[in-house]
Amino acid sequence: MSANTWTIAAARDALRKGEITAVDLTMSCLTAIDAGDGLNAFVHKTPDIALDQARAADVRLAAGDAPAMCGIPLGIKDLFCTKGVPSQAASNILKGFRPEYESTVTARLFGAGAVMLGKLNMDEFAMGSSNETSCYGDVVNPWKVDGRKLTPGGSSGGSASAVAADLCIAATGTDTGGSIRQPAAFTGIVGIKPTYGRVSRWGIVAFASSLDQAGPMTKTVRDAAIMLGAMCGHDAKDSTSADIPVPDFEAALTGDIRGKVIGIPREYRMDGMPDEIEALWQKGIAMLRDAGAVVRDISLPHTKYALPAYYVIAPAEASSNLARYDGVRYGHRAKLSAGDGITEMYEKTRAEGFGPEVQRRVMVGTYVLSAGFYDAYYNRARKVRALIKRDFETVFADGVDAILTPATPSAAFGLGEMSNADPIEMYLNDIFTVTVNLAGLPGIAVPVGLDRQGLPLGLQLIGRPWDEAGLLNHAHVLEKAAGFVAKPDKWW
Amino acid sequence: MAIDIDTARKVAKLARIRVDEADLPKLAGQLSGILGFMEQLNEVDVTGVEPMTSVTPMRLKRRADVVTDGNQQAAVLKNAPDAREGFFAVPKVVE
Amino acid sequence: MLDLTHTAPKPRVIAGAKHDWELVIGMEIHAQVSSNAKLFSGASTSFGAEPNSNVAFVDAAMPGMLPVINEFCVEQAVRTGLGLKAQIHLASAFDRKNYFYPDLPQGYQISQLYHPIVGEGEVLVELSPGVARLVRIERIHLEQDAGKSIHDMDPNLSFVDFNRTGVALMEIVSRPDIRGPEEAAAYVTKLRQILRYLGTCDGNMQNGNLRADVNVSVCRPGQYEKYQATQDFSHLGTRCEIKNMNSMRFIQLAIDFEARRQIAILEDGGSIVQETRLYDPDRNETRSMRSKEEAHDYRYFPDPDLLPLEIEQAWVDHIAATMPELPDAKKARFMSDFGLTDYDANVLTADLESAGFFEAVAKGRDGKQAANWVINELFGRLNKEGRAIVDSPVSSVQLGGILDLIASGEISGKMAKDLFEIIWTEGGNPAEVAAARGMKQVTDTGAIEQAVDEIIAANPEQVEKAKANPKLAGWFVGQVIKATGGMANPATVNALVAAKLGL
Repeated sequence: MSANTWTIAAARDALRKGEITAVDLTMSCLTAIDAGDGLNAFVHKTPDIALDQARAADVRLAAGDAPAMCGIPLGIKDLFCTKGVPSQAASNILKGFRPEYESTVTARLFGAGAVMLGKLNMDEFAMGSSNETSCYGDVVNPWKVDGRKLTPGGSSGGSASAVAADLCIAATGTDTGGSIRQPAAFTGIVGIKPTYGRVSRWGIVAFASSLDQAGPMTKTVRDAAIMLGAMCGHDAKDSTSADIPVPDFEAALTGDIRGKVIGIPREYRMDGMPDEIEALWQKGIAMLRDAGAVVRDISLPHTKYALPAYYVIAPAEASSNLARYDGVRYGHRAKLSAGDGITEMYEKTRAEGFGPEVQRRVMVGTYVLSAGFYDAYYNRARKVRALIKRDFETVFADGVDAILTPATPSAAFGLGEMSNADPIEMYLNDIFTVTVNLAGLPGIAVPVGLDRQGLPLGLQLIGRPWDEAGLLNHAHVLEKAAGFVAKPDKWW
Repeated sequence: MAIDIDTARKVAKLARIRVDEADLPKLAGQLSGILGFMEQLNEVDVTGVEPMTSVTPMRLKRRADVVTDGNQQAAVLKNAPDAREGFFAVPKVVE
Repeated sequence: MLDLTHTAPKPRVIAGAKHDWELVIGMEIHAQVSSNAKLFSGASTSFGAEPNSNVAFVDAAMPGMLPVINEFCVEQAVRTGLGLKAQIHLASAFDRKNYFYPDLPQGYQISQLYHPIVGEGEVLVELSPGVARLVRIERIHLEQDAGKSIHDMDPNLSFVDFNRTGVALMEIVSRPDIRGPEEAAAYVTKLRQILRYLGTCDGNMQNGNLRADVNVSVCRPGQYEKYQATQDFSHLGTRCEIKNMNSMRFIQLAIDFEARRQIAILEDGGSIVQETRLYDPDRNETRSMRSKEEAHDYRYFPDPDLLPLEIEQAWVDHIAATMPELPDAKKARFMSDFGLTDYDANVLTADLESAGFFEAVAKGRDGKQAANWVINELFGRLNKEGRAIVDSPVSSVQLGGILDLIASGEISGKMAKDLFEIIWTEGGNPAEVAAARGMKQVTDTGAIEQAVDEIIAANPEQVEKAKANPKLAGWFVGQVIKATGGMANPATVNALVAAKLGL
């Protein structure tokens, strides 16, 4: 098997044993990337940087000074600011923007010796669930049905597609309402959103500050544990970053969950949920029970209100976070007509620079924060958010260790299939994932099976705050039991 | 709550996004749909509930009063669409 | 306890064409915290740097940049609150105030609308001895300053500099308790004095480190009392806000103009539109700022990049324990300890440097004499040369040395002034300089007696005149002092002349 198909764990071991060099491993990925243009996953390739970093990694490996991520080639979501490399959040408004700084997460990864292959496609400003709002065009899922091109999900669609298609060993993603977990489920890979505050947000283009968290998107749970360890940790530059110790996540993968209590929330059994999703869920429940866990029905009564609360809070924060894209200091500035003043510059720049979904959300956010509506919408949503968080706190206090739910309400759908749909229909993709962001909890999507069409389906595990270690161990058990090894047929 | 065309125009103005008059009805319709979806929140009894202030309760981090940044005019101006003589240039602002 | 009993001053009354009007004024003072670094970034706050050089990526609102608060700025807000006898809120929070303007790179200002760090306090503004206005403070909050737009460098462009962006400001909001232009200026003066005593703001108005937004309305006599009784604003007129004033003189002129403008409209049957106005000193008028008027909807909401700011009572107590003596207390002490007049005490407590200088001179000496020397000789001389007290060539130790020489009778008052001049220009230890220059008044009665005898003997006609009119004895005193080269102690000479002439 070509080295680009390896896991982080396998590559790490091979690199340390000297069975492969970081340069060769990187070359194998660069070749796969060039052959994978049909997926439209990589939007800025950085082979020169990659090879420089790989050579440096080989020096460290030879010296015996090699952290786990040393020499591992990664794709980086375009939302991360990477010094000197285009970082556009897949938006025309950041056209040509090359940051003079490096995000904390990428700086940590590169500090640990990881290699950057390039920047990955995504939904514009991470707003989307199908990767169809990108200024670079749609990302294509490597999984196909009847020759139909499918969405990889979003917003981290480029990351999901690239990992599933073995263009890279792993990738970074970000998750505001499900943007790591939903695409991971759509492409048959693993994606974890850590506890809010676990990973620094510094240098990641903000969408909704109280919800955004970065995390790894990997081929296995073990890889997620390894890469998460390198991404997280306290950052003095982010006021919301937690100053708590980072455990050895990989060492936590004992495979023993005997006696652990798994909650099954009845409110996640939605009307009209496909049988296949229900069956998959039952399969997952059985797997965890077989592994010795205690399965318990639980209630999270405010689940139904998570999506509307999310679609108040996220656009409100976004409307303010995106005010800085005004054509003054960086990115796109509209060509002005004679007599145009500063207001015209703002209005034209933002109309040209933002795509329709971003414009819509900025306007929704502007509206819900405006005079007379703040209490009715924003404050009410924050109160509902408090109740949603309390729901989780109650079940955890009752002894639940992790919660098992479906990751998505369906398998990947066709690109363009939702183009004429109401925006709300697209938002329903996040129905199982947004609660986790609202409550600030860690959540992981694990591939568990294939649907009738042969498309991957995933389940989601939700953990206690800061218990990524326990969560990963549960996911590890589920992954082992599911034995998901399917790969998309290479057509690209 | 239905958003009328005037409100849509006002919101677009407040958000500094130019929307052609012809596109306002569609925008108003979409905003109405989204806001209608949010109306569900009115079903929740939030009496006595404090709005959530921080996702994870922590003490706000503080910095010492030390100059650790700045002196990077070139880097600050590097991505500017129009920079002149050390300044960012914009169309004339009338106060 | 301080004796702060006072009577309230009369409000300014402006006679309109039809009837009398009173002024009602509230102020928002923006005081720059005297910190090294900005409120949420590590960039310098220094004034006058190259454009866009004191700018961190946070200040330029680069994508993904995040704020982290400067603890010193929080401490200064608390200190200021304590200095204004205000409630300190152990829990406060930061909100975003959203609007578009080129000098506001984030598209929002981080401020504290819903939960300010400091609540209600007060400032006593003395207008003359025993007459003072107690101005209530509504709140103090921390916020970011904006950048600076320069409109006159290019005909078609504005140039933007972010050096000031993100510098910490304390916005000190008063209740509408100020009743005239002079009171407004006195309020700013007093607040500035307190801030400078506290060391929380340098009060430099020229650099814009202290600026005032002034809310002005007018009402018929009697209405204001109804407002005070009920705190119901409907008894008052509609206000206009004059933005960004940084001169005491302009504050007064602007208020006066604005009040007369409003009166003219009201007497003409019109009504006042609540709006933001700008004062133009060249034309001495205020005009509407239309740019600030459109779409006044700031969409405040809690900043999700920051957590609530919680401070501990023990920390507040620690700050309270390190509070300096404030102007009112210092003035009272100077009056009681040194026997100063109200006027002299005001002059000497105007700023900490003057007060400190005076106190060093007065300590263990005659307080009144020290006050006279500091105010008349030293301040007079400093003013003449446009120097500040901190740049005084004569130190408090040197001035004290001069006063000691007077007190011991070694030099006369006239000599002391000469000596002061010498020390001013050449420096040195006053006692040594006086000795080296032979500046020593003769108190040896033998030597003086001899001179008196000689002059009496040489001027029999004058003697007769003086005996007839004792006022003319002064002529002899002058002659004696002249004869001794100015060294004779005038008191001694006086006594001897009188005795010898038998007066």
